Amino acid sequence: MKKQLKFKVNGQPYEIFVEPKKLLVEVIRDLIGLTGTKRGCNSSSCGACTVMLNGMSVKSCSVLALQANGTEVVTVEGLAKGNELSPLQKSFLDHGSFQCGFCTPGMLMSSTALLAENPKPTKLEIKEGIDGNICRCTGYNSIIRAVTAVVKGEYKEAK
Amino acid sequence: MSDFSVIGKRVHNIDGTEKVTGSGKYTFDVVLPNMLYGKVLRSPHPHAKILKIDTRRAKRLVGVKAVVTGKDTLGHKQGIWRRFPELCDEEILCREKVRYIGDAVAAVAAIDEDTAEEALDLIDVEYEPLPAVFDPMDAIKEGAPQIHEGVELNININRHIEWGDVDEAFEKCDYIREDKFKCSSQAHVCMETHDAVASFGHNGKLEVWTSSQSSYYIQRLYADMLDMSESDIRVHNRHTGGGFGSKFELDSAQFPAAILSQKLCQPVKIVLTREEEFTATKRRTPMYYFLKLGGKKDGTMLAKEVRVITEGGAYTAMGATALYLTGFFSSFPYKYPNYRYDGYRVYTNTAVTSAMRGFGAPQSTFVGESQIDMMADDLGIDPVEIRRKNGMTPNYEVPGQAFIQSCGLHQCLDKIEEHIKKQGKLPPNHGIGVSAYGFMSGGIFNWFNTPYAFSAAVVRINIDGKVDVYSGTCDMGQGSNTTLAMIAAEELGVRLEDVRMFSGDTGICPPDLGAWGSRQTLMGGNAVKRAAAECKQQLLEFAAAKMGANIVYDLDIKDRWVHLVDRPERGVSYFDIVKEAIRGKDGVAIMGRGHYTPHRKGMISPAYSFGVQAAEVEVDPETGRYKLVNVTTAHESGTVINPLGIEGQLEGAIMMAGGYGFCEDQPMDEGKILNPSIADYKLIRSLDMPETDILEIDTYEPEGPFGAKEAGEGLTNPTAGAIGNAVYKAVGVRIYDLPITPEKVLKALKEKEKQQKKAKK
Repeated sequence: MKKQLKFKVNGQPYEIFVEPKKLLVEVIRDLIGLTGTKRGCNSSSCGACTVMLNGMSVKSCSVLALQANGTEVVTVEGLAKGNELSPLQKSFLDHGSFQCGFCTPGMLMSSTALLAENPKPTKLEIKEGIDGNICRCTGYNSIIRAVTAVVKGEYKEAK
Repeated sequence: MSDFSVIGKRVHNIDGTEKVTGSGKYTFDVVLPNMLYGKVLRSPHPHAKILKIDTRRAKRLVGVKAVVTGKDTLGHKQGIWRRFPELCDEEILCREKVRYIGDAVAAVAAIDEDTAEEALDLIDVEYEPLPAVFDPMDAIKEGAPQIHEGVELNININRHIEWGDVDEAFEKCDYIREDKFKCSSQAHVCMETHDAVASFGHNGKLEVWTSSQSSYYIQRLYADMLDMSESDIRVHNRHTGGGFGSKFELDSAQFPAAILSQKLCQPVKIVLTREEEFTATKRRTPMYYFLKLGGKKDGTMLAKEVRVITEGGAYTAMGATALYLTGFFSSFPYKYPNYRYDGYRVYTNTAVTSAMRGFGAPQSTFVGESQIDMMADDLGIDPVEIRRKNGMTPNYEVPGQAFIQSCGLHQCLDKIEEHIKKQGKLPPNHGIGVSAYGFMSGGIFNWFNTPYAFSAAVVRINIDGKVDVYSGTCDMGQGSNTTLAMIAAEELGVRLEDVRMFSGDTGICPPDLGAWGSRQTLMGGNAVKRAAAECKQQLLEFAAAKMGANIVYDLDIKDRWVHLVDRPERGVSYFDIVKEAIRGKDGVAIMGRGHYTPHRKGMISPAYSFGVQAAEVEVDPETGRYKLVNVTTAHESGTVINPLGIEGQLEGAIMMAGGYGFCEDQPMDEGKILNPSIADYKLIRSLDMPETDILEIDTYEPEGPFGAKEAGEGLTNPTAGAIGNAVYKAVGVRIYDLPITPEKVLKALKEKEKQQKKAKK
């Protein structure tokens, strides 16, 4: 029996009917069609599906879609403003903080949520902030450097 | 060679904006009209006869469109060693027998994944379990269960490498030691699991989107398995979410998807679950290593004898190549005058072992670098010094095997020695371990039996001066498209943003063997460079005529400026020349072809990269737990095409190779992998990651494009050995089997304490 789900994704309101067992990641990818959010394990241990839900980072494979009723979700597609990338996106590019790119949307969402909560994290706090996200390519250090550069104010938010 | 205008610049990969915005499409994201979703039923038994498969109940489930078993296939067997039919031994959908827990027996296509999953439970398979064997040392015994018919003692393949007179040399040694080691398995853990969308049209042609390291191999293996003509199969390679050696054989997503699609003439998508990824794809080869090393008192090594028995798992796969390469790289990076290797790959009823980043060399480097430190310790020689004494040098011939042209090993040793000295006296329970390595830039061997050149490329210049590069290489995240685009831009004298890459699509790209064995920069790069050079030649002919230059002048293009080399101010715009050249050619776009196959370069590889790594650990002697503090690598890979790319390869390799030494493992019980999830499979996360420093050494490889060679895989070799040696330096215990876990360190510390007490008494 499908139920109504009303929520916002990247500022856009949606009213859709979903089966109660549908996961948030499935709704974002399959029903709304935003495939930037990835799925690497379906057991909330890899972090590829990380999105922001009311400003907090969550693993969207461990949230039922209906639990997101009435919330605001931000996915990787919601980070850039028009054609202007977010400071973290720009910094990830400059620091080569991605290779295969499959973990990148989740890494960006965890980092964005971290900086929203704590704009001046220490290196250890940055490491802790992305510890739930697996990256098999980069070895993390370039990601930590990218976040650090944003913390230091080297990248400005688009107006 | 500092006058490059593109090469050597720090640039992010050209697909970067797609990757940071989430707009890049992976096979995982492909959705086609009328597409169905597939799931695969797998054997719960390590070894069993299939007596009967009843699919009737599954077929009746609403939403199920097809159920297939081995009987729906032609019964062919795939293998990468296509020159040897007996080594093509994998049906993928088993017909009569299963050989490991995870072997595929049936597949379902349904309107969604949930329905397909539900249908799997409705397939009734009757098995007759057979005695199984899991350890190669047991499988090789008389009377062990036979896994493949007619294969005596389960020996899948053996390799022998020898030069000099090893027995005579050991007679002359002042010092000999013999050691046993065991190297564990490792999972690739690509973030994108194996997946495929296969689509047969009513015209009988197959189109496939798949996450792969070699579109050409996948196309050819499909052709073998389906009795099809290669050109009727088009394989697309979109963004690939990691490969690391796991994605260039036909797999149990790709093949069942095609069989289902063939039946239905509808696209079928199969995405392996993370659990399937751990249990039913390939993995790093576990190896038993028996080593004998002999030399003089001054540390000069005279002879090495190596025997290896590898756990093959159920099928041959690329494991045969790993067996060969671990034997060859056991001699690296040293000048052994006498050397003998005998390796045996043994079938077992376990998940198949095959290629993984480093391809047999991380194993040989761990055991070899551990043993050389033990020798140095016994003889009272500094670890760097013993490596210097025996290390390879430029223009060295590995007797009868290989010719090494560029080699910066000694500069790397100097840099690492400086680094260690700079650290001064370390705090208690800290230790720095050293490990040296070398690796190949692509293999020369052609067991796959391709009739094509190893690499090929087509370059086309359009009317607006933009450059399209068509290459069969695959970018799985390592950044090969960026490297190749930089090579094309440099050769043609344009900017990186002028180049557009088309890669890994067998419909439009010339065949290339793909991304394995660190071959794409050197081989793919040479092909692209030659194709670009052919285009440039055509442009320069027009330019020379137009400019009316004296024929004694040479022309060149740099940064979109066609000019006289000796008088660079005399020139014309590249864009104008392109327009006129195309008009002059009756409107035909400028095109060039290039290819590369190594010739007269020995049996292994056209070039080798080298490096030395120093790992610092801090051990807690109370618990055996230790921390990776810092890993510093002195490294040479010829001309560096993209420094940012190399740093990424290096740091990423430390995560993976450090994991191999530090924590990654796949424990099994009766053939069942006990930790098939990311929660249970321990790998290095951001908090465990050490500080990483790079000391880049300049070398130039004459065989490589602009002097470049391998940079991605060799870096996976040294770390486990460096960690082992560091733990020894820190607390004086030697661990002989990977991974070096706190439990093993603690046990060894207790044993050491016991021995010391005994000695006191």
